[in-house]
Amino acid sequence: MYGNQYKGQTTDRMKDSPGPHFKTYFFILLMVLFAPLGNVLLGKGMKGIGSAKDWAPTDIFHVFVSITTSSCIWLGIACLLASFMAYMLVLTWADYSYVQPASSFSYAVVATLGYFILGETVNPLRWTGIIIICAGVFVVGHTQPRTTEKR
Amino acid sequence: MREYLFLFIIVVAGMGGDLCVSRAMKSVGEVHDFRPAAIFQFVLRATGAGWTWIGIGLMTLAFFALLAMLSFENVTFVVPVTALSYAAGPLGATLFLHERISRQRLLGVLIVCIGVTFVWLSKH
Repeated sequence: MYGNQYKGQTTDRMKDSPGPHFKTYFFILLMVLFAPLGNVLLGKGMKGIGSAKDWAPTDIFHVFVSITTSSCIWLGIACLLASFMAYMLVLTWADYSYVQPASSFSYAVVATLGYFILGETVNPLRWTGIIIICAGVFVVGHTQPRTTEKR
Repeated sequence: MREYLFLFIIVVAGMGGDLCVSRAMKSVGEVHDFRPAAIFQFVLRATGAGWTWIGIGLMTLAFFALLAMLSFENVTFVVPVTALSYAAGPLGATLFLHERISRQRLLGVLIVCIGVTFVWLSKH
C-alpha cells in the first residue's frame, strides 16, 4: 500500500518539476567524471607505491605511510569526495531513481580513463562486461527505491 | 588468491558499511529542513548513532582493501568487479533491513553478475 502511495508522491514531484534541467545534468556529469577520475588516481598512486611484499606488519606500515604521503592518493580522495558531494547535492532536488541509473555510466568512464590515462589494456571481453554491468545497474536503478514502511 | 580475499573484503565490508549507515539514517529519521542549523542538528544525531560509526569503520576497511587491490590489479578490472556489491546489497538489505526485493531488481542484479563474470574472464 505504501509503495503505491510513495509512487504517487514521486509522480507528483516529477510533474511539479519542469523536467530534467541543466543543473541536474551538470551535477550528474560531475559525479560520473569525478568518481572514475578518483579511482584512476588511486590506481595510479597505488601502482607507484606497489603492494606489500610479504604482508608483514612493518611492510604494511611502510605502505600505509607511503599512501598517506602520496599526492596522487589525496587527489584521488578529493575527486571521490567531490563526486560524493555532487551526488548528495543532486539528490536534494532530483529523484534517487533518476540519479542512480545515470551514475552507472561511471563504469564505462573508468575504463575509458584507465585506457587513456594509465594506458591499461581493455580487451573486447572486458568492454562487453562493463557495458553489461552498466545495463544491470541501470535496471536496478529503475526499481522502486523504497520498499519498507515509512517511520 | 589474494584478489579473491580483497574483493571479498571490498564487497562485504562495503555492503556492511552501507547497511549500517542506512540503518543509522533510518533510526535518525527523514530530513525535511535543509537550513544549516537543522543540518548541523541532523549531523549531531547521526554521529550519535552507534551504527554510523560501525558503518564508517567497515567503509574504511573496504577503502583500504580497494587500495590494496589497486596496488596489483588494473583499475579497469578492479572498479567493474566491485559492482558485485549490487548483488550482495539486496541480500544484506533483505536480511538486515527487511527490505523487499522486486523481480526487476533481481533481474538487474543477475545482469550485473553476468557483466562481472565477463570482466573477470577478461583477465585471463
